[in-house]
Amino acid sequence: MNKQINQKAWLLVLPVVVLVAFNAVIPLMTVVNYSVQETFGDNVFFWEGVGWFEQVLQSPRFHDALLRQMLFTGLVLVIEVPLGLIIALAMPRKGFWVSVCLVLMALPLLIPWNVVGAMWNIFALPEIGLLGKGLNNLGFDYNYTRQPVTAWFTTVLMDVWHWTSLVVLLCYAGLVSIPDDYYRAAKIDGASAWAVFRYIQLPKLKRVLTIAILLRFMDSFMIYTEVKVLTGGGPGNATTFLSIDLDKMALGQFDLGPAAAMSLIYFLIILLFSWLFYTLMMRNEAQ
Amino acid sequence: MRKRSLIPIVYILFLMLPIYWLVTMSFKTTNEILGGFSLFPQAFTLDNYIKIFTDSTWYSGYINSITYVVMNTVLSVSVALPAAYAFSRYRFLGDKHLFFWLLTNRMAPAAVFALPFLQLYSAVGLFDTHIAVALAHTLFNVPLAVWILEGFMSGVPKELDETAYVDGYSFPRFFVKIFIPTIAAGIGVACFFCFMFSWVEMLLAKTLTSVDAKPIVATMTRTASTSGYELGLLAAAGTLTIVPGAFVIYFVRNYIAKGFALGRV
Repeated sequence: MNKQINQKAWLLVLPVVVLVAFNAVIPLMTVVNYSVQETFGDNVFFWEGVGWFEQVLQSPRFHDALLRQMLFTGLVLVIEVPLGLIIALAMPRKGFWVSVCLVLMALPLLIPWNVVGAMWNIFALPEIGLLGKGLNNLGFDYNYTRQPVTAWFTTVLMDVWHWTSLVVLLCYAGLVSIPDDYYRAAKIDGASAWAVFRYIQLPKLKRVLTIAILLRFMDSFMIYTEVKVLTGGGPGNATTFLSIDLDKMALGQFDLGPAAAMSLIYFLIILLFSWLFYTLMMRNEAQ
Repeated sequence: MRKRSLIPIVYILFLMLPIYWLVTMSFKTTNEILGGFSLFPQAFTLDNYIKIFTDSTWYSGYINSITYVVMNTVLSVSVALPAAYAFSRYRFLGDKHLFFWLLTNRMAPAAVFALPFLQLYSAVGLFDTHIAVALAHTLFNVPLAVWILEGFMSGVPKELDETAYVDGYSFPRFFVKIFIPTIAAGIGVACFFCFMFSWVEMLLAKTLTSVDAKPIVATMTRTASTSGYELGLLAAAGTLTIVPGAFVIYFVRNYIAKGFALGRV
């Protein structure tokens, strides 16, 4: 669509800008402020420069948390995106069952995040939870409060439970928007199911898949509440992802300087990835 | 065809298992839960629910949550409407950068902003009010609402606007009388997402409140820590937090899928 150039449009955007600026710019400046200063309490601050940034970037604690975070986000994306796509492809297209599927699948998305954590906590308890007791009865040695591996398994499973539906809904929406004529033409040409997927469905899904990956990347990189309630970052530090580490530092130890520096680094990482993704996608769309 | 429909069925079963577990637990006494493993409640009890509905520290949590969620939804969507119109119809200085900047706020981890928010809202005297939480949640809901609405608006042909102006409509009158009814579905979807993300968020809601506006999710964490592990009560409270979401999904089920498909990143 050819858009008209109109600088007065700024007036329409102004309320949003003011509101978001109040919420984003002021707190962000507070964080920047803390990140370059040192305090010993009593609201007395000293200039610290980039010291905190160096300290955070060099600390093994940050490296470990970042590594865990990347592993977690990678795992989540690798599992949820294909799984969501498969489920969306297998869903019925018309009729009563569509509503049933959509309502039931969207349910996990609307449960408060700490309830999700609490729910999985009691679901996975080794002695009295359905999942924990079930796995132990099947002969697995399962105790997510003690073993790092099972803690990871539970955390990833919880995230798959929580968010795969988002990918399903997005892909389903993309699939429904493909006109029937495309399929009819494919049928006349005698195209195989794989060819239909590869040359008709996948290209049409490119945009929604990009949105799905972007949203899942951002949200899994920011994951906090669910894991905090489920494992508290433990056992040890096994599931201490970036947000949880940050929370331990800022509210637990009240190390404001390093916490603020870490916040900014953290934010910049998400921003960088999302910007890369965004530009790549815009370039694709422009072609 | 048979084999294919098995996939969604298995997936839905997997989704329902933890929810089933939560709901069964809410009908058990805490002693029974801690006493051992049972698939169904042995001594069925409604005590957990009765406690929640009669104790004001519990049910006021629900009222607080719903209050700020509704405030946030109304606020987010009403400021997003004109902005989305501007993005979908006009080019102006810095429009693309502004759009991306708005989206970056969707990427800000709540953990980063929790402490500065506490200081900001204490400084302006809004700490522990519903409006504080509603305002704080606009941080991620306004960008989302603009994004969704812009997608819907771009789908409306520009001729609609032009005809209305030729007919002598002023911009505000056109916007309210003609444009808003045209994109009613889009507004519904935007409201749904604002409701959803405000309802599920807990870190900021908990940080910004203490007594008067304390959300239900925060009430739950307090109960878990101070009065031992009252698992039955916790499960009942959790079950009740699913109910509003389920209602909302049911009403917008036909628009959910559509809302995701439109909208550009």
